[in-house]
Formats: sequence, C-alpha cells, structure tokens
Amino acid sequence: MSTCKILIAGFGGQGVLFSGKVLAYTGLTLDKEVSWLPSYGPEMRGGTANCSVTVSSEQIGSPIVSEPDLLIAMNQPSFDKYCEETSDNSIIVYDSALISTEFKSNDKVKVFEIPATRLASDNDLPGLANMIILGKSVKESGVFTKDQVFDAMKKLVSSKKPELLEKNIKALELGFNY
Amino acid sequence: MSEKVLMKGNEALAEAAIMAGCKHYFGYPITPQTEVAAYMAKKMPKVGGVFLQAESEVSAINMVIGVAATGKRAMTSSSSPGISLKSEGISYLAGCELPALIVNVQRGGPGLGGIQPSQSDYYQATKGGGHGDYKLIVLAPNSVQEMVDLTFKGFDLAEKYRMPAMLLCDGTMGQMMEPVLLNQGEIKTYDKSWATTGTGNHEGRNVVNSLSLNPEELEVWNHRRYDRYKIAQENDVMYEEYLMDDAEICIVAFGIASRVSKNAINQARAKGIKVGMIRPITLWPFPEKVLKKASEKCKAFISVELNMGQMIDDVRLAIECSKPVYLCNRTGGMIMSPEEVLASIIKANGGNE
Repeated sequence: MSTCKILIAGFGGQGVLFSGKVLAYTGLTLDKEVSWLPSYGPEMRGGTANCSVTVSSEQIGSPIVSEPDLLIAMNQPSFDKYCEETSDNSIIVYDSALISTEFKSNDKVKVFEIPATRLASDNDLPGLANMIILGKSVKESGVFTKDQVFDAMKKLVSSKKPELLEKNIKALELGFNY
Repeated sequence: MSEKVLMKGNEALAEAAIMAGCKHYFGYPITPQTEVAAYMAKKMPKVGGVFLQAESEVSAINMVIGVAATGKRAMTSSSSPGISLKSEGISYLAGCELPALIVNVQRGGPGLGGIQPSQSDYYQATKGGGHGDYKLIVLAPNSVQEMVDLTFKGFDLAEKYRMPAMLLCDGTMGQMMEPVLLNQGEIKTYDKSWATTGTGNHEGRNVVNSLSLNPEELEVWNHRRYDRYKIAQENDVMYEEYLMDDAEICIVAFGIASRVSKNAINQARAKGIKVGMIRPITLWPFPEKVLKKASEKCKAFISVELNMGQMIDDVRLAIECSKPVYLCNRTGGMIMSPEEVLASIIKANGGNE
C-alpha cells in the first residue's frame, strides 16, 4: 500500500465519522501518514454525512477524497452519488439492508454487499452497523489486517468502558466473518 | 508529549496555546471554529486559566486587550464574520502595541456567507481589517502540525514585535484530523517593562493607550511601529519551497490550496512539466524576496486561492509584474480539485502537456 483514499458516507448518526476515525487511528498506530476530514455543518444534523480518510506511506497532499479507492456507502443517496466516482481498481462496500442497486462489479470496481444494519439489530449491537461494515471493508480492501484494526480499537476505546470495546470488537468481527 | 496523537486542527491549536502559556481565552461560538472554544472551556479551568464566553465578539476582543495590557498571553478565535466584528479591537491592539493571538478559521463570505472553507479574508488579514496604519503578523498553517507550531510562533512573534498576530486558517484545517506532535517548543521571554502591572516596583506608571491628539506625537508612534515592522520583514519571513530547483512555472498557494496544489504539481511533473511551488507560511511579512528571485527563472506564476483573487496582488507586486500571473480559484466555500489546478498549470505552460 502506498496510498489508500477512503470515502465513508451515510446519514448523520450512523457513525460514519467514527468509522473513519478508527481507520485513521489504525494508520497512526502503524506510523503511517493519515488525514481525516469530515463534512461539517447542517448535514451532520440529520442529513448526509461523509468523511474522507487517506492512509499513506508518503506525505499526504490534499486531504479531500474525490475518487476513493475504497467507498463505504451506508445509505442510498451516498451510494447513488459516489458509486460511479471511484478510482480504477477500487472497492465499494455497501449496506444492503438500506441500499438496493443493480450496480455490479466491473473491470474498474469490485462491489461487496453486507446487510450491516440488519446484522446489528439481529445480534443485539444497536448503532454498530458502522463497525460491522467497517470489518467487511477492511477485509475486502486489505488496507489493514484484522489484528491491526483490533489493536487500534483497543487503544481508541477508553479502558474505562470495557463493555463498549467488547461490542465494537464483536461488531468488527461480524463484518470480517461475513 | 513525545508521541503523535490524532487531533482536529481546532483542538490541536487550542492545546498548543495552553502549552505556550496562554491562560486567558475569550471567545464567542461560530462554525467552523467552535471546537477551539469548546476545548478551552474544558481545559482552561483544569490548568488554572480563564475561559470566558463573552456576550459578543466585540466584547471578547476587548477582554483580550485588557489581559494583553498586563503582559499576559491572551487569545481569541472566531471565523470570518466574527473577525469583522473584532476588527475594531484588533486595530486598538495594534495602536496600543500589544501582543495577542487572534485565530481566524475562515468560512465563505461576504456577509454571513456560508460555513464551508474559504481564504477570502486574505485582504482583511494582511491589509488591515480595522482602521489606521498597522500590520498583523499573519501565519497560514497547511497541516494540523502547523496549527500547533504556528500557534507557538504566533505568540512568540507577537511578543517579539509587540503587535497582534493572526493564525489564518480555513475550515478544513480546523476540522481535519492528522497525527500531531504536541511538542512543548521553546517559549522565549521578552522584556515586558511596558506592562500595566501596578506601580509596586518602579516610579511613575505605565500607560497603554492608542490615543494621541497631538499629530506630531502620533506620527512618531506610527513610525516607531513601522520601524519594527521593517525588522520583522527582514527577519521573520517564513515559506516552503516545493520542487523549485528547476521549476519554470511557480505556483503560489497557502493553507488547503497548497495541499491541493501539491497533488496537481505531482501530476504535472509526471507529464514532464517543470512546475514547483512557493508556499507562504507568513502571509505578512510576505515572502517577496524569494518570489522576486524565482521570477528570474520562471516564465509564469499561478496564484491558487479560495477567493476571487486576493493574494495574486501581492504576487504581482513581489515580482514587479515581470511575468504573467494566472489565477486558479474557487470561492464561496468550494475547493478546487487537483485537476483544476493541473489545467491551470497546462495553460500557464502555453497549452503544452
């Protein structure tokens, strides 16, 4: 990996920004260059929210991701907006519980689905669809290994809240194994 | 702290200010700099400092004047419309020859404008948003690390020259997270015998004032200040050069525009176009000499800015209009893509790819 540009998009409240933070933080723990840029303003109060993450072994130029190597789509408008704007050799992972599409893998992009929101409610992991889809995305993109993300997550989630860490890890694992 | 941490620009600069010895913050909320105030509200009481949300921006800047007059490090932060409100106070700080740090995390304007990133307060920051003959030290970070480093630098230069300094950021710098080293940095101390700290230790009294009804005296004051500005122009210009050794085209950009430009330069280099960048870190004092020198070799300049073309004036002045200067810009909160900058580079190269 020299540079991986990631765009995570969905509704405000789905944990889009936190997913991005987990990726950026994982990069930090591996001594990579990283940048994390959120959308801010009215959209984070209920509308669409997205976040650009770049992980690189070199210094990062623009932190704005317009042609992602990895697109994580968590709602229909985000998928429709960005699915045709990914880079060559890119990966799209989308929440099939919330998004319906005819869009298929082609020469340029590999598309993966995971019903993250349904898996979250089926497994008593309310609000953790973001971690489920993140697990799947990390696995399919190979941007990090499973252990790298888990180790970072352990450092990121406060040790004062072990039950929170446990649930996040469980959700990530669910995504990895899907 | 010797380990890198992941922090938002707004929070990193707030932490840096505290580490630089600032114990007095006065602010008023506005997007996209609200995290500065939120961080200060949480942190200042823990370090024995003062966080005060004033009833208005005008009030906040006047509180800064009060603390600065005592020789203590004071700061305020806002975004574009709020800086307009603070401009009267900034002029008074300059007139009173007081050091202070003002942070502007710019958003699109004019008027209430929008909340997305912008660089359209370049004129306001470098040409004087308030009235009178004065300058500010203006520092333009292009990474979260520089938000920290230039906060230290801002307090330092403000005290060195007894003038207000401004950290001129944009929404992306404030909102983005990057790994950052919160190094303590060296805190220099300067003579503050001018400070109004009571008459306990000396005869007479110190007066901090910008009023003189005697024009002969006021002229002397203005010259005295400009003598110091001249020293700053000689000694404290900061800039970064990127691939300028063999460059035939020179991009001039600061803040987020310089980050986007870097991508475009790399794309252009891959096509064999010899392009480089001079990135002003101090917008005032502006890096005139290095630009003038570059104009001897370069055939064209491109000013890349998030406004309708403001810094471009200073580029033209610096190179004495000896070469064409093109403008590559977006405004209103929009950010140019690397492809748009690349198109400008190709145009400046005479259309040759």
